Amino acid sequence: MHASLPDVDPLIARLADAIAPTLTPDTVIVGIHTGGVWVAERLHAILHCALPLGTLDISFYRDDFSRIGLHPQVKPSNLPFDLEGRDILLVDDVLHSGRTVRAAMNELFDYGRPASIRLAVLVDRGGHELPIRPDFTGLTLAVPDHQNINLSRLDDGHLTLTLA
Amino acid sequence: MNLQLTPDGRLRHLLTLDGLPRAILTQILDTAESFMDVGEREVKKVPLLRGKSIFNLFFEPSTRTRTTFEIAAKRLSADVVNLNIATSSQSKGEAILDTVDNLAAMHADMFIVRHSQSGAAHFIARHVAPHISVVNAGDGRHAHPTQGLLDMFTIRRYKGEFHNLTVAIVGDVLHSRVARSQIHALTTLGVPEVRVIGPKTLLPTGVEQMGVRVFHDMEAGLAGCDVVIMLRLQNERMKGALLPSAQEYFKFFGLTPAKLALARPDAIVMHPGPMNRGVEIDSEVADGPQSVILPQVTYGIAVRMAVMALLAGTGNA
Amino acid sequence: MKIHIRNGRVVDPMNARDEVADVFVTASKIVAIGQAPAGFHANRTIDAAGLVVCPGLVDLSVRLREPGFEYRATLESEMLAAAAGGITSLACPPDTDPPLDEPGLVEMLKFRARNLPGPRVYPIGALTQKLEGKMLTEMAELTEAGCRAFTQADALPADTQVLLRAMEYAATFGFSLWLRPQDMSLARGGVAHDGAVASRLGLPGIPALAETVALATILQLARATGARVHIARLSTRDGIAMVRAAKAQGLAVTCDVASTHVHLSENDLVSFDSHLHLVPPLRSLRDRDAIREALRDGSIDALCSDHTPVDEDVKQVPFGESAPGASGVELLLPLTLKWAREMGVPLIQAIDLVSWKPAQILGVPGGNLAVGSCADICIFDETAEWIVTPKTLASQGDNTPFLNHPMQGRVRYTLIDGHIDFEAPH
Repeated sequence: MHASLPDVDPLIARLADAIAPTLTPDTVIVGIHTGGVWVAERLHAILHCALPLGTLDISFYRDDFSRIGLHPQVKPSNLPFDLEGRDILLVDDVLHSGRTVRAAMNELFDYGRPASIRLAVLVDRGGHELPIRPDFTGLTLAVPDHQNINLSRLDDGHLTLTLA
Repeated sequence: MNLQLTPDGRLRHLLTLDGLPRAILTQILDTAESFMDVGEREVKKVPLLRGKSIFNLFFEPSTRTRTTFEIAAKRLSADVVNLNIATSSQSKGEAILDTVDNLAAMHADMFIVRHSQSGAAHFIARHVAPHISVVNAGDGRHAHPTQGLLDMFTIRRYKGEFHNLTVAIVGDVLHSRVARSQIHALTTLGVPEVRVIGPKTLLPTGVEQMGVRVFHDMEAGLAGCDVVIMLRLQNERMKGALLPSAQEYFKFFGLTPAKLALARPDAIVMHPGPMNRGVEIDSEVADGPQSVILPQVTYGIAVRMAVMALLAGTGNA
Repeated sequence: MKIHIRNGRVVDPMNARDEVADVFVTASKIVAIGQAPAGFHANRTIDAAGLVVCPGLVDLSVRLREPGFEYRATLESEMLAAAAGGITSLACPPDTDPPLDEPGLVEMLKFRARNLPGPRVYPIGALTQKLEGKMLTEMAELTEAGCRAFTQADALPADTQVLLRAMEYAATFGFSLWLRPQDMSLARGGVAHDGAVASRLGLPGIPALAETVALATILQLARATGARVHIARLSTRDGIAMVRAAKAQGLAVTCDVASTHVHLSENDLVSFDSHLHLVPPLRSLRDRDAIREALRDGSIDALCSDHTPVDEDVKQVPFGESAPGASGVELLLPLTLKWAREMGVPLIQAIDLVSWKPAQILGVPGGNLAVGSCADICIFDETAEWIVTPKTLASQGDNTPFLNHPMQGRVRYTLIDGHIDFEAPH
């Protein structure tokens, strides 16, 4: 564990503080599997959202399919609400190239036409390859290309960030 | 069998379920599961195979199978071309290989092949360039792997696990490519007891060596079964001196409510279709509560999507 | 021309000879073995040190594709291929187009063959007109034209009474019938041996019964009519047992197998390769092993190639649509040697199966190296290793299940009638 990686809970609390003023009763939170769902679950609880949490698996929308094939474990996407005209808060754990978010947006648009999508990420590690920027960021940290920053969930539900 | 796999063990062609590792069969079933959800959305498409060209090469006509492959391919956003090649216009093998070569030159990425000769899909797969995948949609009596897979998907959906099941396949196994594929899948997935039930004339020589128990007495064969799979009986069998009549066949090998009662009370009844009501299966059973024949059809699309997605994703970009 | 074959290992089954010795040829005859005749000056000396010198091979079934199938292969090409295989006499089946059912066709074939380099060609005449299995051919006239025996293509006539009459008629003159033990109705629709492999592959099967039922018919009719019968291409364990029993009971019957069936079985069919589509079909391992054993104990009298060259068009199709048959005249020798090596059978016994024994079945001179006999000689390198490819085969038929297989044993020289008709490039 890197000495300078902060605890996750305070980061999520900061995110929630920044997001709260922008929410309406009709906003839905959608997390991207797998780490983004963990973060979204926390936010959903802290922000007391009335509408259920949505989850997205973007395996079928990745742009590197021809190269690496299908991920062996595809979880179902679950969006238990109508997307038409909806404000969506899309949540992911780590923003890197931006391709995951692009895939997620493509998938959302296959379900319907939202009014707006805003992006909340726990960590923005830089290395953006697409014009995608987060609206809400827990932590901005430049991570060199040869390293990875990962969100893990321990058995007791505790979330931690690690650098590998 | 090696023909089907890349050197690192991924699926390159789907020609037969015989010799495919259990992990690959399971992978296909799991992937199909996720595609079921896609089928329940309003937008039933995913962009996985966008830009890919899939050619349906049906040397033997079939509307059902071809249509499900077409739907499956389109749901993956692939371009689909249908070719129904009447066997009368095809004089020799040159025609098959020439056809295949011409289509490959039109940037085909995948061929879905149905042919009346056993081994036809193997024949084409041996010939195509490395970046092209071949899916066997039925070759003679030999194999119908996607049907076998969707039948396994059905069983898994209703029964959960394979390791404690008794499955019976009833009817004309001799002429059935579906039955052969089912037998390979069932044994590979670990079903402990696979039975074939039929008159001697309709069971292949040495079928026990495929890992099944042979029954000529349907009542004995159905006892304790969790899954009963009925096979279609074709009229030609009477002409070939294999059977005297459909009536006598139905009496001894047709599935009636009384015979079904010999299986377990929660047994499911399957049929790869199309059904001959009153020949191999009673309408009461076909339409009854234990029949899963209709759902079988919907699973076919998800399974074929899974197969095509897995083949296309075996990186050749 | 005087030829001196020096220092070769002379293997001559008929004369029980297996020793290093010199062989001397003058014009078309072997004039001496061992010591040169007085005043012998060789025009050509062949250094056969390290090579085997044996009688030229006698192949009981080689399709030359003339008349009618010249697009598949020609007389010239196949005779040269046979010579390259060490063959000095061959029997060709009548299933040409038109079939060899008239003396004129037979004479024409013999005439053409005589004027080409290559083995002596002995046509086997059609048993029935057009090979239709209904009306007899003029067997006596055909024999005068040069036919050594009569056959009914790949199966018995559907009408058993016709077979009975044909046998009675042949017995009248002492003619030989070479019969394929295959019952047409039991074999109908089948393309592979009816067993676990064909069942798994979904290929329509030809049961062993198709052979044994036909054999039972043949043997009974032979016993009843006294006709001389040769069983062409056995493939089953039970069939071999039936022939063995018939011989033990004193029936004068002989039989052969194709060299493909000595090595291959139904298990080789897994890839649906139509080069393995043969008639009779490749059977189970038990059948194959019975064949290998029966060759050793003499129950099977001869090995032949059953050479059937076809153009690739009819093989580059799904299995069930392909034409059956394999090219193999150049593989008869190495496949025989392979069997002998694997079974621990002495070379002289192996050579017997492809020279002296078939010569006797065919009823022609040759198959031996007796002093005074025709100089039909095969000189081969037992150890030479080569790979079977379209380039290494002289035949126009590349359709062999042994394509890309390694072979051991290759012909260096073939002398026919004292003339070197084949010499391997160095």
